[in-house]
Amino acid sequence: MKLLTTSAMALALLANAAAADGELVVYHWFEYMPAELLEKFETETGIDVTIDTYDSNEAMLASLKAGGMGTYDVAVPGDYMVAIMAGEGLLDTIADGELTNKGNIAPEWADPSFDPGRTHSIPYQWGSTAFAVDTAAYTGDINTTDLLFNPPAELSGKINMLDSQGEVMALASLHMDIPQCSSDRGQLQALNDMLQEAQTHWASFNSDTSREVLVSGDVTVGMTYDGFAAKARAERDTIKYAFPTQGYVVWMDNVVLLKDAPNRANALIFMDFLLEPENIAAVSNYARYGLGVSGATEFLDPDLATAPEANPPATAGKGAFIEVCDQETQAVYDQIWTNLKN
Amino acid sequence: MAGVAASGGSVAADTYAKARHWLLAPSWLVLGFFVFAPVCVMLIYSFLTKEFRGGVIWEFSFAAYDQFFFDRGLFGDAEPTLQWTYISVFWRSIWQAGLATILSLLIGFPTAYFIATRPEGSRAFWVFLVTIPYWVNLLIRTVSMKFLLRDEGPLNELLINIGLINDPLHIIYTNLAVQLGLFYSYLPFMVLPIYASIERYNFTMSEAAADLYATKWTALRRIILPAVKPGVIAGCILVFVPSLGAFLAPDLLGGAKNFMIGSLIEEQFKGNAGNWPFGAAASMVLLTMVVVILLIFARQQRRAEAQS
Repeated sequence: MKLLTTSAMALALLANAAAADGELVVYHWFEYMPAELLEKFETETGIDVTIDTYDSNEAMLASLKAGGMGTYDVAVPGDYMVAIMAGEGLLDTIADGELTNKGNIAPEWADPSFDPGRTHSIPYQWGSTAFAVDTAAYTGDINTTDLLFNPPAELSGKINMLDSQGEVMALASLHMDIPQCSSDRGQLQALNDMLQEAQTHWASFNSDTSREVLVSGDVTVGMTYDGFAAKARAERDTIKYAFPTQGYVVWMDNVVLLKDAPNRANALIFMDFLLEPENIAAVSNYARYGLGVSGATEFLDPDLATAPEANPPATAGKGAFIEVCDQETQAVYDQIWTNLKN
Repeated sequence: MAGVAASGGSVAADTYAKARHWLLAPSWLVLGFFVFAPVCVMLIYSFLTKEFRGGVIWEFSFAAYDQFFFDRGLFGDAEPTLQWTYISVFWRSIWQAGLATILSLLIGFPTAYFIATRPEGSRAFWVFLVTIPYWVNLLIRTVSMKFLLRDEGPLNELLINIGLINDPLHIIYTNLAVQLGLFYSYLPFMVLPIYASIERYNFTMSEAAADLYATKWTALRRIILPAVKPGVIAGCILVFVPSLGAFLAPDLLGGAKNFMIGSLIEEQFKGNAGNWPFGAAASMVLLTMVVVILLIFARQQRRAEAQS
């Protein structure tokens, strides 16, 4: 919730004053870390953890740039945001040997394009972003992005979108089959026009309640993450996660070491803790996403492997990571986003 | 100042005359630190250049105000035309806040009148009832409102069960929901100042009016209303101004879709847009509007006092 991030700014003052030994200040997504795991960390290490939350990568970046640096030790940005933050000089470098468990990182996530050699980050969770549909209220084919961007009349006013520019723009580009961050004026104009038309059918923009609005029946179609869809399904079993034929967004969230971290040593202890297969598996069991550490299979809830949210059907389009746009294209994206929300 | 003290003639005024500036110092400090300094920062930032991905570059620029008033198309190089996007956001905020003020006045005045006319001993109890919602955080009250209003929520269930409607009323994520949120949040701000005025009002004047064959309506219009006008104006300002800048209600009850000024500004600092100078410029425009409205009120007040 945005207000939480606002209060985080106020808390920042308190956190600063209390940066003594045995503290750790984490800037994290909402609803993303089981309380039991935090307690386990606190008992094992004697470190007191304070968590503030944010609801989009962009909001986190804005808050850090508005004076949050030097307050938080670690944050959990998505893939493209790791690259942006590194470019902005907001990340500290983890030297070789500083993380005992670095070798636990699964080979396929050990050298990602957004953080070559994992010098700033460790994997946290990975998953996908598309949308979920209450199939009791809508019986048509759900595996198409038309449900968000060109919805049938019966769904008009029953759609919630994530309040996250990166994910909405990426999915919209997939819907139109144009490259992300296209600099082609015709394509950008068409993207703007398409979204302007689509937004007349949307009920709301909300990220942190994107699961709840589906469960409560406020909306029939809700853009959301696969793990949220799985949790929604557990509460209302007619909710189904869609894998659109046009494609969907894949992401990996990563724990990064922030520059000027007041408790740098504790931050590294925290990262090592999250690289233990048993611990990160507890996060997956709670959040219902995949993990990026080897040797965790035995700790994982067996349902996770067979969950429909984690297994795209054969008809599913390709999964695409969000791309980082250059400044000129980003300015147009910002304008399109502003048009969308007014 | 010595003349004032002498003409005032009281001993106390003389005693404190010399210490006057020192006694005022704490208020000036608080005002300076918490009001003037932040406004100056905002004013300066509104004339700086936007940095890519949030933040500012220390270069003077009119770009933020230009963006507010002129539309240069999707790519920023079209012929400038008047920017309707933000004007419509401001217009929506003004009529939402205005409507909330009128509704609060319609409900708040009778409520205040009711409380002020109770026996002296029980008034405190009624005032206490009005303030109870303030024991709960505004965020929580707004979220609760959302739970009440939603399509499958208690309000719709009640209306369907008593047979008033067949299909749920779609209120949540509309301007109506935002209006209800504003009205509900700020109603006590209307009740309390009006109550304070009516309580001081001498009801024998109403009796005198009745003795002179004034109808109840005439007495209300010609005697009571002029007497309690300062309270009504204070209440209207207290409801209108915070409603104008509200961002919780439009965010939670309006679905963050139909922006009001507060949400527009918030998005520039905390949200996806990351355009600080523009957020500062929008704040300055809002501040100017509020100050103008307050000045108009103050002038009318002075004129009314001069007349009487």
